[in-house]
Amino acid sequence: MSANVLRVNDVTMQFGGVVAVDNLSLEVNEGEIVALIGPNGAGKTTAFNCITGVYEPTNGSVSFCGTEIVESYPHGKMKKLYRGENAGKYAKRILPTPDKITKEGIARTFQNIRLFSSMTVFENVLIAKHMRAKQNLFTAAFHLNHAEEARMRAETLELLKMQNLDHLKDEIAGSLPYGIQRRLEIARALATEPKLLLLDEPAAGMNPQETQELAEFILQIRETYHLTIFIIEHHMDLVMQISDRVYVLDFGKLLAHGTPDEIQNNQHVIDAYLGVSEDA
Amino acid sequence: MNKKRNTVIAALLLLAALALILILERILPPTHIALAVLKKGCIYSLVAVSMNLLNGFTGLFSLGQAGFMLIGAYTYAVLTIPAADRGSVYMYYGGGIIHFSVPVIVGLLAAGLLAALFAWLIGLPVLRLKSDYLAIATLGFAEIIRAFFQWDELGVITNGSNMLRKYPSFSTTLYPFIVSAVCIGIMVLIINSSYGRAFKAIRDDEIAAEAMGINLAKHKRMAFCISSFFAGIGGALLAMYQTSIQAATFRSSMTYEILLIVVIGGLGSVTGSCIASFLFIASSEWWLRFLDTEMTIGNFHVPLLRAGFRKVVFSVIIMAIVLFARNGIMGNREFSINGIFRFFKNPGKKKEVKQ
Ligand SMILES: Nc1ncnc2c1ncn2[C@@H]1O[C@H](COP(=O)(O)OP(=O)(O)OP(=O)(O)O)[C@@H](O)[C@H]1O
Ligand SMILES: [Mg+2]
Repeated sequence: MSANVLRVNDVTMQFGGVVAVDNLSLEVNEGEIVALIGPNGAGKTTAFNCITGVYEPTNGSVSFCGTEIVESYPHGKMKKLYRGENAGKYAKRILPTPDKITKEGIARTFQNIRLFSSMTVFENVLIAKHMRAKQNLFTAAFHLNHAEEARMRAETLELLKMQNLDHLKDEIAGSLPYGIQRRLEIARALATEPKLLLLDEPAAGMNPQETQELAEFILQIRETYHLTIFIIEHHMDLVMQISDRVYVLDFGKLLAHGTPDEIQNNQHVIDAYLGVSEDA
Repeated sequence: MNKKRNTVIAALLLLAALALILILERILPPTHIALAVLKKGCIYSLVAVSMNLLNGFTGLFSLGQAGFMLIGAYTYAVLTIPAADRGSVYMYYGGGIIHFSVPVIVGLLAAGLLAALFAWLIGLPVLRLKSDYLAIATLGFAEIIRAFFQWDELGVITNGSNMLRKYPSFSTTLYPFIVSAVCIGIMVLIINSSYGRAFKAIRDDEIAAEAMGINLAKHKRMAFCISSFFAGIGGALLAMYQTSIQAATFRSSMTYEILLIVVIGGLGSVTGSCIASFLFIASSEWWLRFLDTEMTIGNFHVPLLRAGFRKVVFSVIIMAIVLFARNGIMGNREFSINGIFRFFKNPGKKKEVKQ
């Protein structure tokens, strides 16, 4: 049942001399909600970027549902500069662009919301359907694909209804309140029909009540869409409430990993992170 | 319902424009400047919309338009010069090496296709570059193409730096009007399709577009090829309009003119580009012409009016528009009858976005 959905193996991401992610290994199993926490600058977003193809990791590999989707080893000028471990372990370079990874079934949201701000709410979600459509430029331009276009639009509307965003469908995305933009970004990610959803600080800037609503929302979409969720978050209440397991990152390195209870009582984690962010 | 009404209204407007052209051609002498402005305005509309597709809708700041127009113009001219006239056109190159000629419509299509092929070839390396670098690279490409077409070794095809002439051209304004309208219509269909949405997504946020599964390289290249295809056809129409062409005409200043039109009309507005094209051509070639002639009213000699003053005034107007109406005439909105109704109903409020 609990098959491996995401597995990160020895991933190191080095920018020049800065090792942002240092020999990180972790796994996320089917149907789980797993959190990645850690202080600012710990390398959490960078880890997401390595998984989604935005960055090419300096070393290591990532597999998704049993297939290798990313792999790399230090090459070029990194051969000399590389300061991480496991340097000889990986020998292939598999570096798909982010769109390929989305097509495989990993969707994400961004820490600093990235909506298509001049487009409507409806179009923002509709865009996600483009990737799996069978049309080509000719059939799309001359409306020879109207059945498909109609299906894409119907699915989009359906999704917006389920997310209670349908009354806003003709609003320009960039002019919406912050909280709605966050929800729209998640809706847009869901529209790509992912198996795995990566959320980068979805509760950033939310008040406690909104955070609570978000927690329920995340649990609900996991049920509805049979999702596996990997989430970066600083709101500890949210993390402890919804996650099955937690990974803690500090200065790029894995500091601890375990159930929410174990993590809350781990002295290293309290010293490095929880102690200081009580009121964050 | 609404969509249907808009289509009907658009069709009626086109018919009205067509009727207007027919009437003007009847009542004005064939050499009247208004007809020249209309012809050139149609051609510039096409080229401006093609540039807008790339710069305004896909967010790729390219300055290669004149280069692609040149490719189109030359392809058309080279392929359509009647075999009998080749001897005199290519007199320095022994009549050239091409001894056939193709029908006009084939020539126009070939013009677009060759321009698109060049775009496809340079697209891969060039489109990886970001903003300013892309602009510089495409500008450089256009300059190289201009030099290349004047290269003596290619003279048997391109006639070197000599003019190409005697290819079929048009006399009625209907011709550029219809060709441009069809081409712009196709571009509008593309912009409103799923691919158009993908282009706009890339413009708004590349990283998010990629995360939504849009293959950046493929879609940028597609936009680049489509834009170049129609720029090529625009170039061919310009060749027809001028009845003779020379590579030296397609300088980067032509690209800047078109860029100005696109900016004045509004990045991301097709109707804006069209309106701006006609206004731009009419002002630069007709309405401001009186500024170039000295004038005396009674015995008052109007100061400043002299040859060249028109260009000064024109530049000042352009500067004022760019400074004070940064979004251009239309912003990224489209001209629509509904918009006008709304505007008059609530004059205080800005027009809303259509679609
Ligand atoms: N493209 C880059 N080039 C150079 N350094 C980078 C780059 N991206 C990230 N870094 C560095 O990597 C480190 C980790 O950054 P990252 O954004 O992953 O942190 P984070 O854990 O997401 O922090 P936060 O909680 O603030 O979002 C930082 O020191 C950052 O400066
Ligand atoms: Mg981050």
